[in-house]
Amino acid sequence: MSEQIKKFMYLNRRAPYGTIYAWESLEVVLIGAAFDQDVSLAFLDDGVYQLVKGQDTAEVDMKNFSPTYQALGDYDVTKLFVEKESLEERGLTLDDLMPLTYEDEDDDWAEKDSIKVVSRAELADIMEEQDVMFSF
Amino acid sequence: MAIEANGKTFETDEEGYLTNLGEWEPAVAEVMAAEDDLELTDEHWEIINFLREYYEEYQIAPAVRVLTKAVGKKLGKEKGNSKYLYALFPYGPGKQACRFAGLPKPTGCI
Repeated sequence: MSEQIKKFMYLNRRAPYGTIYAWESLEVVLIGAAFDQDVSLAFLDDGVYQLVKGQDTAEVDMKNFSPTYQALGDYDVTKLFVEKESLEERGLTLDDLMPLTYEDEDDDWAEKDSIKVVSRAELADIMEEQDVMFSF
Repeated sequence: MAIEANGKTFETDEEGYLTNLGEWEPAVAEVMAAEDDLELTDEHWEIINFLREYYEEYQIAPAVRVLTKAVGKKLGKEKGNSKYLYALFPYGPGKQACRFAGLPKPTGCI
């Protein structure tokens, strides 16, 4: 059986709450993870807010699903690209984001960072390599 | 749909999953298991409790392969495999055990 592995990228451009896009995207990622494709996630524009630590949704009456990003490593989703310019434009740095890690099976289960900050130009190059893109 | 447990009524969806997971109590699992002709042992409870802790931490019910891996890590290799988990939960450790635990249907179970 020769099943070709494709490069799937999920683009997250919107704030986590107020619309259903961010949660829907995360659910699609987790469901899609079952298909053994080469999956990566990109966070840009207001999408970077999805990864900010210390989220509290008590006032907005939506489920705080930010802990679910911690499960991505278990689902073998280990490439999360965050656009540097989007962070800077919002006065954020990597330290404002949740630390997300995965255990590398090929490296004696060493714990590694899933989040990688990349420039707009680098992200454009990464997008260029993809076979399939989903924009949320 | 609904089930009766411990003298109370618990609302469920069309697939039998609890509508409000905050209402869950152990009696719910006992009644659901009895309906599936299963008697819950300590081994079942270990997995049910594990799932509830997983949900508490990550806010999702794990897909079966993720559950298998996580059980292996936490409870040991002899439990973190499909054979062991399917022997306990013949209708699928993801779907059936999550239902007993009061969780939604697993995310990423296909």
